[in-house]
Amino acid sequence: MSNIEQAFTHGKAFIPFLTAGDPDLETTAELIRAMAENGADLIEVGIPFSDPTAEGVVIQGADLRALSSGTTTDRVFDMISEVRKDVTIPLVFMTYANVVFSYGLERFAQRAAEVGANGVILPDVPFEEKEEFAPAFRAHGLDMISFIAPTSHDRVREIASHAEGFIYCISSLGVTGVRQKITTDIGAMMRLVREANPQIPCAVGFGIATPQQAVDMARYSDGAIVGSAIVKIVAEYGTQSVAPVSAYVAEMKAALNAAYGA
Amino acid sequence: MEPPTSTGEHCTGRFGVHGGQYVPETLMNAVIELEDAYNTFKDDPEFRRELADLLNNYAGRPSRLYYAEKMTKDLGGAKIYLKREDLNHTGSHKINNVLGQALLAKKMGKTRLIAETGAGQHGVATATAAALLGMECVVFMGKEDTERQALNVYRMRLLGADVVPVTSGTATLKDAVSEAMREWTSRIDDTHYCLGSVMGPHPFPMIVRDFQAVISQEIKEQLMEAEGRLPDVVLACVGGGSNAIGSFYNFIDDPSVRLIGCEAAGRGIDTFETAATINTGSLGIFHGMKSYFCQDEYGQIAPVYSISAGLDYPGIGPEHAWLHDEGRAEYVPVTDDQAVNAFEYMSRTEGIIPAIESAHAVAYAMELAPTMDPDQIIVITISGRGDKDCAAIARYRGEDIHE
Repeated sequence: MSNIEQAFTHGKAFIPFLTAGDPDLETTAELIRAMAENGADLIEVGIPFSDPTAEGVVIQGADLRALSSGTTTDRVFDMISEVRKDVTIPLVFMTYANVVFSYGLERFAQRAAEVGANGVILPDVPFEEKEEFAPAFRAHGLDMISFIAPTSHDRVREIASHAEGFIYCISSLGVTGVRQKITTDIGAMMRLVREANPQIPCAVGFGIATPQQAVDMARYSDGAIVGSAIVKIVAEYGTQSVAPVSAYVAEMKAALNAAYGA
Repeated sequence: MEPPTSTGEHCTGRFGVHGGQYVPETLMNAVIELEDAYNTFKDDPEFRRELADLLNNYAGRPSRLYYAEKMTKDLGGAKIYLKREDLNHTGSHKINNVLGQALLAKKMGKTRLIAETGAGQHGVATATAAALLGMECVVFMGKEDTERQALNVYRMRLLGADVVPVTSGTATLKDAVSEAMREWTSRIDDTHYCLGSVMGPHPFPMIVRDFQAVISQEIKEQLMEAEGRLPDVVLACVGGGSNAIGSFYNFIDDPSVRLIGCEAAGRGIDTFETAATINTGSLGIFHGMKSYFCQDEYGQIAPVYSISAGLDYPGIGPEHAWLHDEGRAEYVPVTDDQAVNAFEYMSRTEGIIPAIESAHAVAYAMELAPTMDPDQIIVITISGRGDKDCAAIARYRGEDIHE
């Protein structure tokens, strides 16, 4: 079992996302520690990109603030390397293909592994382009996380059977961002995944903000991913966001535990 | 040299190392469905007949190949011909691709077209095709460009399109593309993304190139008729590169023909205010493709600049990147100043007001022609008409005119 898969052994997983460097890297480090202490099972750490085409306005804003505060890929690595001294849960980098490519794939993979990351998520690298990146990550013990979308249909089998770490199931069409209602039949999506790969954990993301939404999305899956709702809190409270984010994470994990057991 | 076109099933559309399909999973079936539909219809006699009818009777093809005698004599070198894409309906080469894609979308059962636009030429062409074919249309345009090209915004609205000003990022063409991609991710079933250049994920660079290749096909036939031979040089401006690839494509296998793309250098390639991708960029992955991009050492896309909204883009189509790698085409930088001078020069000399984009190609011809022999031939593609640019150029010259 990979480190990432262990994140799914404490009940339904709660997976928060944050953009590194928003509002600054010191705050990000504190937020990662606080999220881990308050029940996060795995944390997605966004390395900011100037033009995040899969993100809605909330995370676009975070990327912009992070870059304006002088955040670079190297500084994110340095910050994670510090945080790793206290945080034991799996950490996964989420960024765009060009950030990895321009850094140098091999160099990125090596450095990411060195600082203690467990995987990488690249939303603009679909299954067809995965093998350009995955072998270098694999060589350094990093899982490359695959996506499944409501539009994946007959692609699910192939993606799922080659998946590593966990599968990121996109709850609905569109980009990241909070949604009032998620109408996709998550149960049907999960059945297709399970048929192709009974072992791989699946977490659902995109649009989840409330404890009830997390509970609903986790019913047929192994966990819930929350990005924009957390980034919104960080946008509002800035360097003072550790307390409200801690409370939010604790509430979300508690809701999952209450519904499905710890 | 055989361009690696996608003739096979689900080929990932590579031009050397360039191209590919770097898009979110949500869009993958959409681009596969598009490729399948294109492969089905491109050789379908009924589709070809309908498209030819639209191109000839609606858009006004073939466009003229005009001998610019006054320019030729004034510059005192090579003989200059102008490929008059500015005379097409809607005033630019963009209609060639749009009619093809809109017809394809209609065959696919789509009822709604979305598009990005920089100068507004592609947006106007898309709004036009949507009006003609009875489709809904939404055009994404950088807010800064809606101000630079206010007249085109009005034209699109007049044609029944919704124009969405994009405020994210640098509020120019790059951000309009990002926003159109985001919109497509959220609504795929009834919507076709009518991409305006030879960029983005496969199959777009192939489809747009095929629909624009009519430009070089006509140049070849028309020049053969007029001069009985091939041109020595073909010149076109390059942003994403659709009119350039259209102008080059049927000459790629004719090694005697020099193919030259003119990039927007803005205030110069030694400044940060430039959009000359081949001259200042490096290999990267963005907007669905691997190609050259203006970017910093961490892969953050650079905020590029050009006076021309249509060339103000930090990347270049993958087939151009490949033609550059192979040494088959040359890419030269042309500054705002040079382009504005050429804009004015061609207006005065030939009575033809070129788009400021096309003026970049004219500017390089003005340098090149005098160095060539009178028995040599340059063809410049005039990709669009310059009426849309008059207010902006007047401002550049310090005149405050109101449209």
